[in-house]
Amino acid sequence: MRGGWNRREGLINGDFILHLDEQATARGGDGSGANGSGTGQSADVPAIRLVGIEKRFGPVFANRNIDLTVAKGSIHGIIGENGAGKSTLMSILYGFYQADSGDIYVNGKRQKIPDSQKAIAIGIGMVHQHFMLVENFSVLENVVLGVEGGALLGKGMDKARSELKRLAEEYDLRIDPEAIVEELPVGLQQRVEILKALYRGADILILDEPTGVLTPAEADHLFRILGQLRDQGKTILLITHKLREIMAITDRVSVMRRGEMVGSVHTAETSVEQLAEMMVGRHVLLNVEKTESKPGDEILSVEHLTVIDKRGVKRVKDVSFSVHAGEIVGIAGVSGNGQSELMEAVAGMITASNGTVRINGEAVDVTSKADALERRHRGMAHVPEDRHRTGLVTKFPARENMILGYQDQKKYGQGTFLDLGAILKETEEFMVDFDVRPPDPNLKAANFSGGNQQKLVLAREMERNPDILIVGQPTRGVDIGAIEFIHKRLIEMRDAGKAILLVSVELDEIRSLSDRILVMFDGTIVGERPAGASEQELGLMMAGIADTSGVADKAATPSADTVGAE
Amino acid sequence: MDFLQTLILTTDSAVRLSVPLLFACLAGLYSERSGVVDIGLEGKMLGGAFAAGCVAAITGSAWLGLLAAILVSIGLALVHGYASITQRGNQIVSGVAINFVASGLTALLGQAWFGRGGKTPQLPNTARFTEITLPFAEPMRNVPVIGRIYSDIISGHSLLVYAAFIAIPLTWWILYRTRFGLRLRAVGENPGAVDTAGISVAWMRYRAVIIAGILCGFAGAYLSIAQSAGFSKDMTAGKGFIALAALVFAKWKPLNALGACFLFGFLDAVAIRMQGTALPVVGEVPVQAMQALPYILTVILLAGFIGKSIPPKADGVPYTKER
Repeated sequence: MRGGWNRREGLINGDFILHLDEQATARGGDGSGANGSGTGQSADVPAIRLVGIEKRFGPVFANRNIDLTVAKGSIHGIIGENGAGKSTLMSILYGFYQADSGDIYVNGKRQKIPDSQKAIAIGIGMVHQHFMLVENFSVLENVVLGVEGGALLGKGMDKARSELKRLAEEYDLRIDPEAIVEELPVGLQQRVEILKALYRGADILILDEPTGVLTPAEADHLFRILGQLRDQGKTILLITHKLREIMAITDRVSVMRRGEMVGSVHTAETSVEQLAEMMVGRHVLLNVEKTESKPGDEILSVEHLTVIDKRGVKRVKDVSFSVHAGEIVGIAGVSGNGQSELMEAVAGMITASNGTVRINGEAVDVTSKADALERRHRGMAHVPEDRHRTGLVTKFPARENMILGYQDQKKYGQGTFLDLGAILKETEEFMVDFDVRPPDPNLKAANFSGGNQQKLVLAREMERNPDILIVGQPTRGVDIGAIEFIHKRLIEMRDAGKAILLVSVELDEIRSLSDRILVMFDGTIVGERPAGASEQELGLMMAGIADTSGVADKAATPSADTVGAE
Repeated sequence: MDFLQTLILTTDSAVRLSVPLLFACLAGLYSERSGVVDIGLEGKMLGGAFAAGCVAAITGSAWLGLLAAILVSIGLALVHGYASITQRGNQIVSGVAINFVASGLTALLGQAWFGRGGKTPQLPNTARFTEITLPFAEPMRNVPVIGRIYSDIISGHSLLVYAAFIAIPLTWWILYRTRFGLRLRAVGENPGAVDTAGISVAWMRYRAVIIAGILCGFAGAYLSIAQSAGFSKDMTAGKGFIALAALVFAKWKPLNALGACFLFGFLDAVAIRMQGTALPVVGEVPVQAMQALPYILTVILLAGFIGKSIPPKADGVPYTKER
């Protein structure tokens, strides 16, 4: 409604939204129809009402005049791109920050929330994006931390143990209280965070980007849990930038853009396209438009590749495949099934114990030494999965990151000294070409947003015009506008006759970009499917089931699918 | 019988020598478990030893000496705490500074006040913690093995020695059985978790640092008014660093700390005993070689014989609330 929402459909939508807003306040928890947990009049009081919240960091408004109403017993999504102010708003609600102005009403009562303790006391719990867990503590110790119930642990721990058991049964959140957190998979660690909040008596649960670290299966499980919690009368605030999640689970959605609240809608009455437009402020192409691929010569061939990790576990088991010029081969799979190791072995970050890798028909050494530089000389470029760990030196400025791995090239200087002018000039060109914002070559990599960091890495690798690009998780933690851009560039590169090996845990991404899809499970390639394979079929293969003849029939329509929509 | 006699005497000496290490090691344990690296154990011990020596000499009371040692040591600990917790400064630099200040200031003040080249006056036994004989130590002496152990090794130490050995299980109990211990362990691993649970990270760390000060005070007082009869210049002689090594060696666990400190104490005792004695085959070993043994052992053991020693994850990292 505010801030540049001036296209014709937008105005219509805006009016529509406003109308819904008023209705929602009047109808309260009854709004979604799916829950109906409130009893009598108390359901009319919203669980959370924010009025005119403002927060600025220096001259920058992180939140500007935010109004938000969250009905009791509902799942309320808050979406927005990275940096839209969602996390700041939730931090204000959880007492991490103080709002500069504005009022917070919790269950109809005006509250001041100076610290987390107060938030906990009035029934607000938070599941942080980066878990706030003590990793070498047991589940039980983590749960009681801060609410031990006395100076000695004995009694409190016993009480907590039985309380955990009760919660586990009530909400189907089963977990071994004595398990050490760092030994649990991420999905279960998140469960500990949820239990922590519930143990403290939270009625309102804030989840900040909860699926960022989860596999699709774990995410689905989380959504089931959240659904149960809602059915038991809990109010859930879900912060995310993934539209799929919003559509799958929420009752209502509020959209934020650049620190402002753009509007609130009923999930059932909106669409992915509308939300995306509200988020970005312009029309977004969710469909990746691409033509049939025209595969050419074989550029990369991998034969019988086996990778054994430091602990002696076989991570990649006798894998063979090839990538041709002018095609994108996608490797799908739940994370941790050997995709990372496969990619790292091919790209020369780790050695394989067995197998052959050929680039343009010539074999490279994969077993005795991992030489990424040699592969670069042969025309392979690599965008690693984790831009913070291996893609960038975040403390270096953009210009230094832009030449990492290529620093020995003559154009950057001969002999001992670097040609700073040449580096600066090229970085500027690359940044403009890849629309990196701000286009400042001297800014530290850490100070760019996730999407722009990713563009820096992609620019570095793709601008070298490689014959084959290995790209892992190209859009992890990247906002929707940047996703659109990155996908477009990958397709362009393919159309220019380059070979691309894409590894992603985002099934939507794999399905919309790939010309051929390989599915990995437990270190092996379970099978290959054409571009049009259905989600169910691939999902089964990701669980290790190779024979998908049952579902394959009805899903064989060869069309590129959309990114966010289901 | 001669060998047994030697062993008993050496063990008895090892008990005495491991006491300052034990106190300092536990001090480091509290501090580092809370996430504050404490390289200033040495300086706090030295400051404490000097304070105890001075006050005991002036007042004639060992107890007042101990109290003074604790206060001075807490004072130094608070300086370290302010620098590393409140100001989020570099904890190593702050610790090293404390060591230098303590070393310089004790010598300077000692010379200025007493004029004996940095020594404090020789203390009479009434102003020291002297050996106490446990009940039945004499009659037990005739009982084979157990009797000898009881009367020669366990009995006949000063009060502070017993305090050190009680501090070990007490620390274990505090760490693993109390709310304070749970929070202490948590704040050194993930202060963010502690903060979001509504507990003040800074206050937790200050308390840990203060406890470290108290324990270093005990260690210092032991050196100057129990083991010796007065303070002498730089009398800690690197014990603070050995305690730090023992802490790593003990993997930051109290019961292991007992083993580590006792081992270093024992090596020290052996080194003293071996002085001037000729060994078969190698002949007389230079004193310096024996004295270097604990350090050499530390390097060897830490280099891989004890497995991985993983420090508390937030050890040495100042806590800043993140956005």
